[in-house]
Amino acid sequence: MTYIGTPTPRVDGRAKVTGSAQYAGEFTAPDLVYGSVVTSTIAKGRIARIDASQALAVEGVLDVLTHENRPKMASGDKGYNDEVAPTGSPFRPLFDDKIKFNGQPIALVLAEEWEISRFAATLVQVDYDAETHSTDLHTRIDKAYMVEKPDKPRGNAAKAHAAAAVRHEAEYYIPIEHHNPMELFASTVTWNDGGKLTVFDKTQGVQNVQRYICGIFGLKPDDVRVMSPFVGGAFGSGLRPQYQVVLAVQGALQLKRAVRLVLTRDQMYGLGYRPATIERVAIAARNDGTLDAITHEAIAMTSQYEEFSRNDTSWSALLYKSANAKYEHKLARLDVPTPSDMRAPGAATGVYALECAMDELAVALKLDPVELRLRCYSDRDQNNDLPYTSKQLKECYRKGAEAFGWAKRTPEPRSMRDGTDLVGWGMATGVWEALQMPMGNRIVLTANGHAEVSCATSDIGTGTYTIMAQVASDALGLPIDNVTVKLGDSSLPHSQVEGGSWTAASVAYAITTTADEIRRELLALAQKMPGSPLAGLKHDDVVLSDGMIVAKAAASRSVPLADAMRHGGVERIEREKLSEFKEDNKHARNTHSAIFVEVKVDEQLGVIRVTRAVNAVAAGRIINTKTAASQIMGSVVWGIGMALHEETLVDHAFGRVMNANIAEYHVPVNADVHDIKVIFVEEPDSTVNPLGIKGVGEIGIVGVAAAVANAVYHATGKRVRDLPITIDKILG
Amino acid sequence: MINFEYARARDVADAVRQISADPAATFIAGGTNLIDLMKYDVARPMRLIDITHLALKTVEETANGGLRIGALVPNSDLAYHPVVEKRYPLLSSAILAGASQQLRNMASTGGNLMQRTRCFYFYDVATPCNKREPGSGCSAINGINRINAILGTSEACIATHPSDMCVALAALEAKVHVAGPAGERAIAFAEFHRLPGDRPEVDTNLKADEIITAIELPARGFAANYSYLKIRDRLSYAFALVSVAAALELEGGRIKEARLALGGVAHKPWRNAEAEAALRGQPAKSDAFARAAEILLRDAKGFAHNAFKIDLARRAILRTLAQAANATPQIQSSKKIR
Repeated sequence: MTYIGTPTPRVDGRAKVTGSAQYAGEFTAPDLVYGSVVTSTIAKGRIARIDASQALAVEGVLDVLTHENRPKMASGDKGYNDEVAPTGSPFRPLFDDKIKFNGQPIALVLAEEWEISRFAATLVQVDYDAETHSTDLHTRIDKAYMVEKPDKPRGNAAKAHAAAAVRHEAEYYIPIEHHNPMELFASTVTWNDGGKLTVFDKTQGVQNVQRYICGIFGLKPDDVRVMSPFVGGAFGSGLRPQYQVVLAVQGALQLKRAVRLVLTRDQMYGLGYRPATIERVAIAARNDGTLDAITHEAIAMTSQYEEFSRNDTSWSALLYKSANAKYEHKLARLDVPTPSDMRAPGAATGVYALECAMDELAVALKLDPVELRLRCYSDRDQNNDLPYTSKQLKECYRKGAEAFGWAKRTPEPRSMRDGTDLVGWGMATGVWEALQMPMGNRIVLTANGHAEVSCATSDIGTGTYTIMAQVASDALGLPIDNVTVKLGDSSLPHSQVEGGSWTAASVAYAITTTADEIRRELLALAQKMPGSPLAGLKHDDVVLSDGMIVAKAAASRSVPLADAMRHGGVERIEREKLSEFKEDNKHARNTHSAIFVEVKVDEQLGVIRVTRAVNAVAAGRIINTKTAASQIMGSVVWGIGMALHEETLVDHAFGRVMNANIAEYHVPVNADVHDIKVIFVEEPDSTVNPLGIKGVGEIGIVGVAAAVANAVYHATGKRVRDLPITIDKILG
Repeated sequence: MINFEYARARDVADAVRQISADPAATFIAGGTNLIDLMKYDVARPMRLIDITHLALKTVEETANGGLRIGALVPNSDLAYHPVVEKRYPLLSSAILAGASQQLRNMASTGGNLMQRTRCFYFYDVATPCNKREPGSGCSAINGINRINAILGTSEACIATHPSDMCVALAALEAKVHVAGPAGERAIAFAEFHRLPGDRPEVDTNLKADEIITAIELPARGFAANYSYLKIRDRLSYAFALVSVAAALELEGGRIKEARLALGGVAHKPWRNAEAEAALRGQPAKSDAFARAAEILLRDAKGFAHNAFKIDLARRAILRTLAQAANATPQIQSSKKIR
């Protein structure tokens, strides 16, 4: 049987539901020390005095680390660099007395018990020399500066805009949104082998953390092993090493004992986040719905010490045919921690604005929103003037609309009703990249027909273990129960951080190319057997199937792999390989989607319910229809939250997040989530990579908030451009 | 969280004795709010007196046709109690509008009255808050006040009381039975919670050495015409922006008796006798409802982020009264507003 393309259950499902799957904060050691972090209560300034004497006096407290007594750390920025660090000077935990953001770690209390460390942390006395801070993007717009343009302009957008028959121009806003993965950020640092560190860390990149820790503390790669076998959600928050891993290592180095540090939920609001962004979109159209110009400008926030920006703008005239296009991305520096990637960074925000703007244009043109998108459909990536490896977006529109029943929509706002509810149907397009990265892989095949497949990637809950097992099973012709997957260990073959939706395509390619070499070896062994039925065949002439080496031309010509190995006296075949994709500058690689949403809005009270959603996705070959559908469904839920709920509330007088907990930082709860249908549109693609895989980690959220916002407009006639769409904005 | 002593009370008298002897002690029952407050370092009791073993867990019908609810009856038991469901469905509905199933399983009836505000600043010890630290100032007045009060506020505090259950108890004119060193007394529900005034650190008129033993409901339950409607920023598991408890007695299409209480808008469940009087004798129609809403919200005052609550409350009052009048009460398990 083949496993690729089937709804294979998670191979790690049992470990997760039985609790045997261990997460970073669950690993332990006999002499474990517990850490608690003290964080700053001002946004900018310096620590004038820090007094840990009361904390140290508590029985069971072992030490309190601050910038004054921490172990030696690298003195230059290079020591703090990581694989995904933006331009700038990375934050250095406990390095000096400077305060760069509210919630910054300023002390680590180490104690024999967690409760003791947590109590003692409240006793650390801090005096600050505070300076005037600035945390409000809206007050710093005039200070925003241009960053490297996302894509080159084409034509003259301003001129085309001025001359256009129909123009739409508006400003959209996305507030700060914080990561709230179920698993808190945590690290457990243990000692072994006479002075080597094993760091269990919540991360999307074990090798990234390993290099980072070595860089900061001047350690050799052999002295630090980073492990992350299970990750309870990350979505970009774990791409960069987070400060708790530095603090935990500091504690371990200081005390020469094992240290566990788990952040609290409110401390998670001192980590990365989706930056507040102002999006200005101007679209110029002809009366027939074709476009003359798109201008997309984004103004986002970043920290004082790093320049974080993602591509918000150039999706606009990538997606829709327009001779003239102009993009600008500006950043305003604020006294905040550096933003981070969050599921579909740039696209979730930029395409939200674009797709709302397109909806507004459709209203102005009196065109059906789907019809408008078809009229400016582009078969080429216009930014780079390239054809796509595949693009089945039209099919997404068609299948999505059909499943949703879009044809029954009446165009006028407030024209559809259900009792006291106004009914709104909205749609939007989604687009993301089909990225792929060099990836290492090791396969160990034993003569008993078992294989171990390993690489240093992560499974952040997305199903990487399972798809690796599926791809390896198919490539090696073994039942999935005979395949063991290892990942999340820096000692395994090379992997980039797990992000950008590139893992599925990259790891699958790495497994198949490594399996090719296994097959080559097996064939050689089989051909050494007397009277081998495979004599004379090349390795491309055979496949591995059902535990046998089989001639493609005639299934009857086969040799069981166990026989081939035993005859050759080979108990195990091990192959390790770094697989890189062939460079292809002649194609654009993207995934696409069409999202259709129904909302019901109580006319009198403005209460919104998202009653139905259909997300039709074209993302190449889907390895696992079950885990992939879960990813899309989760993305839709997040998109609903982005549209209606999520907003980090910062009190700018204090420069401090005030709803730093998941009671007051709202994400959708079960009552907010109803019928979500996921459709995978067939998208054969032999160009993107041999297996035709594009990845589904991010495409599912892109466009969802716009579809909800457009549905709310259709229901109410009220266009809310500032997210989240709350009751006050509907009634106001 | 600080270190604290733990003691268990044997009976009500023992609980009163223990609390009287130690002003730094606090009773704990379900702990659904207190434990959070301790974790955030907002509450720092030196001693917890566990009252969960007291015999205050029964629901009994009283001689005058009312109901006496033990202070330790869990919120979920109370909500699904057959007599409450039948005769006081407003109370049942309000309880089910609050928190989550898990929290309602833990939370006690008395504890529900004693829960503290959810004002962001009260929970963050890094910011000034008069309720948490008297005299330090109110950060919410000029800060993030979307969830704060529009009625009965003071210069010192604009916090709200977060309970749903208490809004129904206010409308039903419950009595709070308490025991103290001087014996037992009953407090009218309207007198139980305070407005902030210049002492926002004091939430209630319960004395420091008293314990709630029971809630007593009068015979009148408004089971025919009632509704509890809660408006919030997501469809479950969020505190009310505005909630309305409406209870009517109708006679020939006219309102004979009316109760109207608001949640999420003030330091206590908000009632106004004049608004209720304006409903009495009127046809149960929108004109009368609008007049009541107008009176009830006459003195409402919004701040930078919560002025919308005034209009929202007005709309919610109209709707809830209509639901009550039409005998189509809001069903909490359905998120569609009737």
